[in-house]
Amino acid sequence: MNILEANHVVKRYANHTALSDVSVSIPRQSIFGLLGPNGAGKTSLIRIITQITAPDRGEILFQGERLHPRHIARIGYLPEERGLYKKMKVGEQLLYLAQLKGLTKPEAMDRLKHWFKKFEIQTWWGKNVEDLSKGMQQKIQFVATVLHEPELIILDEPFSGFDPINANLIKDEILELREKGSTIIFSTHRMESVEELCDHIALLNQSHKVLDGTTKAIRNQFKTNTYIVAFEGDLASLPPDFDVLENRRLEEDLHQAKIRIHSAATPNDLLSALIRQVRVQSFRESIPSMNDIFITSVTGNGKETVGNPTRSVYTE
Amino acid sequence: MNKIFLILKREYLVRVQKKSFIIMTLLVPLLTGGFMAGVVFLSTRSIKDKVVQVVDESGLFKGKFTDGRDVKFVYSALTVDKAKRALPQSDYQALLYIPAIDVQKPKGIVLFAGKNVSMLLQNRIEDVLDQELESLRLQKVGIDKAVLASTKSKVAIATVALSEEGEKTSSSGAAFAVGYACAFLIYMSVFIYGAQVMRGVLEEKTSRIVEVIISSVKPFQLMLGKITGVALVGLTQFLLWIVLGFAIATFTSAAFGLDKKAVVRTEKPADRAKDTPNPTADNPLAGAAAALQTMNVPLILGTFLFYFLGGYLLYSALFAAIGAAADSETDTQQFMFPITIPLIASIVVAQVVLQDPDGSVAFWMSMFPLTSPILMMVRIPFGVPPWQLLLSMTLLVAGFVATTWLAARIYRVGILMYGKKVNFRELSKWVFYKG
Repeated sequence: MNILEANHVVKRYANHTALSDVSVSIPRQSIFGLLGPNGAGKTSLIRIITQITAPDRGEILFQGERLHPRHIARIGYLPEERGLYKKMKVGEQLLYLAQLKGLTKPEAMDRLKHWFKKFEIQTWWGKNVEDLSKGMQQKIQFVATVLHEPELIILDEPFSGFDPINANLIKDEILELREKGSTIIFSTHRMESVEELCDHIALLNQSHKVLDGTTKAIRNQFKTNTYIVAFEGDLASLPPDFDVLENRRLEEDLHQAKIRIHSAATPNDLLSALIRQVRVQSFRESIPSMNDIFITSVTGNGKETVGNPTRSVYTE
Repeated sequence: MNKIFLILKREYLVRVQKKSFIIMTLLVPLLTGGFMAGVVFLSTRSIKDKVVQVVDESGLFKGKFTDGRDVKFVYSALTVDKAKRALPQSDYQALLYIPAIDVQKPKGIVLFAGKNVSMLLQNRIEDVLDQELESLRLQKVGIDKAVLASTKSKVAIATVALSEEGEKTSSSGAAFAVGYACAFLIYMSVFIYGAQVMRGVLEEKTSRIVEVIISSVKPFQLMLGKITGVALVGLTQFLLWIVLGFAIATFTSAAFGLDKKAVVRTEKPADRAKDTPNPTADNPLAGAAAALQTMNVPLILGTFLFYFLGGYLLYSALFAAIGAAADSETDTQQFMFPITIPLIASIVVAQVVLQDPDGSVAFWMSMFPLTSPILMMVRIPFGVPPWQLLLSMTLLVAGFVATTWLAARIYRVGILMYGKKVNFRELSKWVFYKG
């Protein structure tokens, strides 16, 4: 069952359309990557889900019900533009935010103790927020987001401002939250973390949804039947079924080539064709990275370029 | 509702616990009280009376210089040279030398003094000399001074307010003071606390916490919680000022025995003006007290509270909208201007209204919600027909609802808008954005 469904959502502002007919389904207990370049409409969609704004058309279903203010307490949101009251004590502030989410004070207190112990930050309770480093503040914000144990957690660029150690800590927390039954919507530009974490992704570009599906399916969809071969010897020519996209010398006598198969030929055919000419050291399929998929989809380059980083925009 | 209360509580506690709040709350009554105590102390302290030695060679002014509040005159038979030489060693502050003069052309009158004498003393001596010479000249042309005195008049009008409860002595002076004081307090507090609301909204915006908060509560709840929280801070501060003010007043009057001495002091000048029919004219304290008793104090307090809250709520909603539309405090200037115009206009027009509390300017501006909180307060001590008061109050409530609605529409868009220069056209668009 899907925890959240957005059906044909349209949101217009005075001068531009933020979302045009966007539909996404977010399966329960998944980590859902909401991707897209700046201005694609991610934040607009998130703000509609968190009921900060309302859609012009379309509807959002939360566990099959139309979105209602009572659902707010079941959603946790870490916005990209986030902060804390600078002059307020850490503990007080978290208690306040938790109560706004509908927790009672003793409940909030209990859970806070647990989190402070888990993150080993007990000494921060009485400190003013302005005395904490940015990374420390991010941790506090993360706690504030998940403290009321929401079923749906929306994290907008959660890793910005974290050092690698703390980023890992948060990553582990996200995975643990999923294990415990939460669903996470994860919005980011950092494709490595998408590959590591997301089960599903949806890609928005210029207010439209351009991609949607499980990470695995999407990567398969973007496979271009291209193989990377490392070999010794000279590669002269291959049958017309195979296209050598790239061939470069790695070491003395070691070469690496990227070869695409058209037609109905199989990898085995390629391999047997290669074996006749060179000594194969390794042979693997080139699977497009999320980064490549992102760039391909957004810049509108055809599928041909996927798997060939030399021709894409940002890599190399 | 519960969430508004949570927000209100935070806004209130954060502000009340601030050092600046505590200092302001303590300092204002202390300074005011200290200042007043200082004045009382200085005026009640027995200053050593100044003594002026008079050498009157003309003999025209014998017995004419009478002892005053802190000046004594001593006539001396010494010659002027001797007196001059003796002056530095003597107890006399100054030496007034009047040579034998011609009444028509008085020349050569000199005041010798060790230090410079005060203007006050010099004026006083000049007054006596002028008066005496004047009457001498009148006598010369054959007019008796007593005849002249009988032609002079001094009138003070006692105002009597007619109402169903019968005649009451009132003082338009006291109404003037009370009305202006109330209006000014409202003016000041709208500015002070309205700006606090604005800064609070800006702080939430610049510290980027606002999106976290409004994913839990509606922007309108956040705005309302903040406005009411700050309103309570304002009321708390007023209340503390009143309590502390009373405490300090009681303390100082006990310490200096102010009550008795003040009465003695104020009676003295009254001696000089025995012919005035209305004692309050010369005893401002007693006059104000009497006038205050004739005013409807519960009405004034009640309406003050109403107009303070109404005016504050109306304006602070607008201030909140400004805070939301701007990115920094400097950005707020362009929006502040149109809002402060009606406020400043009211306090300027207050002078006109004080002169003519029932005129058409007074009437219309005490109905218009943006100016009524200040100008109705000016009128109330003079007495306002109940229907006018009710109409003005209804309009103020309606105005408050309207501006809050408007401000909320701007607020909810503005708080999520970063790094965008906003103008009035943009703002008017925001008002019509959907949800």
